[in-house]
Amino acid sequence: MPHSIRLGAVAYDPKVVTIWDGFQAFFAAHGLAFDYVLYTNYERQVEQHFAGAFDVAWNSPLAWIETERVARARNTRASALAMRDTDCDLRSVIAVREEGPVRSLAHLAGKVVGVGAQDSPQATLIPLEHLAQHGLLAGRDFEVRRFDVLVGKHGDHVGGERLAAQALVRGEIDAACMIDGNHLAFSTDGSLPRASTRVLDRTGLFDHCNFTVLDGADAAPIARLRELLLGMRYDDAAVRPLMDLEGLKAWLPGRTSGYALLEQACDRSRWLAPFLRSMGAA
Amino acid sequence: MRRSLALAGLGFDRGAGVLLARELRRAQPGDELEITGSARELGLHLAAWARAGGHALVEGRGGWALRFGPSTQARRRGAQRAGAPEPSSVAEHARPCWGLAARGALVEAGGQALGFRLDRAEEIWFSSAAELYRAAAAAQWDPSADIPWDAPLEHPDEVEDALVCVLTFLIENETAALLVPARFATQVHPHFREVVQLLALQAAEEARHIEVFSRRAALRRGELGLSTVGGQASLRTLVEEPDFARAALLLSVLGEGTFLNLLAFLREHAPDAASAEIMRRVAIDEARHVAFAMAHLGEHARADATLRARLAAAITQRHEALRASAGLNEEVFDALVLLAAGSFDPEAIAQGHARVQELLGQMDAGRRLRLRKLGFDEREAAELSGLHTRNFM
Repeated sequence: MPHSIRLGAVAYDPKVVTIWDGFQAFFAAHGLAFDYVLYTNYERQVEQHFAGAFDVAWNSPLAWIETERVARARNTRASALAMRDTDCDLRSVIAVREEGPVRSLAHLAGKVVGVGAQDSPQATLIPLEHLAQHGLLAGRDFEVRRFDVLVGKHGDHVGGERLAAQALVRGEIDAACMIDGNHLAFSTDGSLPRASTRVLDRTGLFDHCNFTVLDGADAAPIARLRELLLGMRYDDAAVRPLMDLEGLKAWLPGRTSGYALLEQACDRSRWLAPFLRSMGAA
Repeated sequence: MRRSLALAGLGFDRGAGVLLARELRRAQPGDELEITGSARELGLHLAAWARAGGHALVEGRGGWALRFGPSTQARRRGAQRAGAPEPSSVAEHARPCWGLAARGALVEAGGQALGFRLDRAEEIWFSSAAELYRAAAAAQWDPSADIPWDAPLEHPDEVEDALVCVLTFLIENETAALLVPARFATQVHPHFREVVQLLALQAAEEARHIEVFSRRAALRRGELGLSTVGGQASLRTLVEEPDFARAALLLSVLGEGTFLNLLAFLREHAPDAASAEIMRRVAIDEARHVAFAMAHLGEHARADATLRARLAAAITQRHEALRASAGLNEEVFDALVLLAAGSFDPEAIAQGHARVQELLGQMDAGRRLRLRKLGFDEREAAELSGLHTRNFM
């Protein structure tokens, strides 16, 4: 009997349908019956993962931590099946205006720091944790200006970071937080005009999304899914457009060593508390 | 292979990506690139750039060591050339996977195929296509500048009415002559680009003809003439003809060919300088459309012995389809007589009538000549010419 598997994913953009439809065709061609369920936000997805609505979740790093903590509270285990090469070793930056008064982290005291969506690991939670580790607490030592775009999607949408960058250039805020890839993109496309800003500081490295499975899921189809993912080659013209859309050159085995910064951010900000309470995992 | 790239002060905000892309184009998986540079955020941006491309980056003392990842050149693997660029070596069959790519371009594999109905050289290609396109492109004219719109209009009102009647007929015909090439232009595989270009230009020329005829008609009259059921029925058979060769024969060889005589007649009997110049210039354009169809069909008729029979069938079938229609609008016929006569004086009318009869004879002779050039014998040519629509186009 052919394997079948259901995936949960968040619809952060219309292209998500194109992506998973494409994967569906690819998996079907390799004997794996694949279907997917889309959610409007990661919290609902995590909740439904535990409700058994699907077998594997394509999780943001924050959704991974949510899942892992609920699993622990329920005496079960979550594991990271696979991730993109581009999910590994990311870094965020805190940018300031070149001619502005902020020359060091200490100068942020009393200033306004722009961040992305409130649930964005890369543009909000991790940079604020980075500042906290340097003695600067949001709300106490500096004001936070949120550029909330599509809350619930954990910063998958670039919009909040771009808005923060633009506000920095216009002088409406004193610093803006964003992931390194977006800093590169904004520098290249002129959103951050040349010589108008500089990077004040960089966070440590962290990882991004992963395919998450819970103990008890049917092992054979999960193993087949992993095998097919890791076997995808960017050389293969049939799957390259999918990999381009999903933003990777290769799938890698999942690892969970890159979530420490975000764990610390969650612990300090108690960001997860309401959700974990709602899941009976506080 | 190991190379080095010295970026000096160049950062990604000033185009460093262009130099890296150049290195990427000539690299193979596993090749190494030593990068040096002093731009402030270079290391940060190199890391993000390398990660997105699947390359490994290690920061050293004096710079960075980049190892190109397995996906390097992936886009070129399995890619295929969309034929050769020269028109002399077009492919027999243009493949759907070439899509919109320029002829001779390297097409990445994996794209969605884009099918074109007319994708075989044997259907649509002919050797002088490029030459005809160049000639057509060089012969374009500007209605505003090239027509003497301010020339005096001193002829009687009734002659103007006759002219407007004929112009109404011409606009309707040119509209059909625009739609036919415009429709086929979207069906020809872009590999045969000179044919697409010729069709596009032909449509654009008809658009210009519609403009000048309309503008001339409006010089002295606020209303246009009569559009008849029979006239539109005749043109409809052209617009709806799905076969490229049959459409070329019916529209261009026979229809526009017949119009060459009509336009020469109208130029000769034009009541004013603007009309005469319009007819002269339009005739030159139409002659190119006829030449296009003759070159295409002539070459294909020589290569395909069955083509002439199919073309003859097209003429016969159109004749049968139009048998019950009225043929040429009587008002147009009378208007031609009056234009040639210049007035309603009975003797002048008689002469005008004779000139129109002469015109009909010239049209028939022209059609027979062109059919003979396509390889029909004298008897077939005469018979087929006689079956051509009485509506001229």
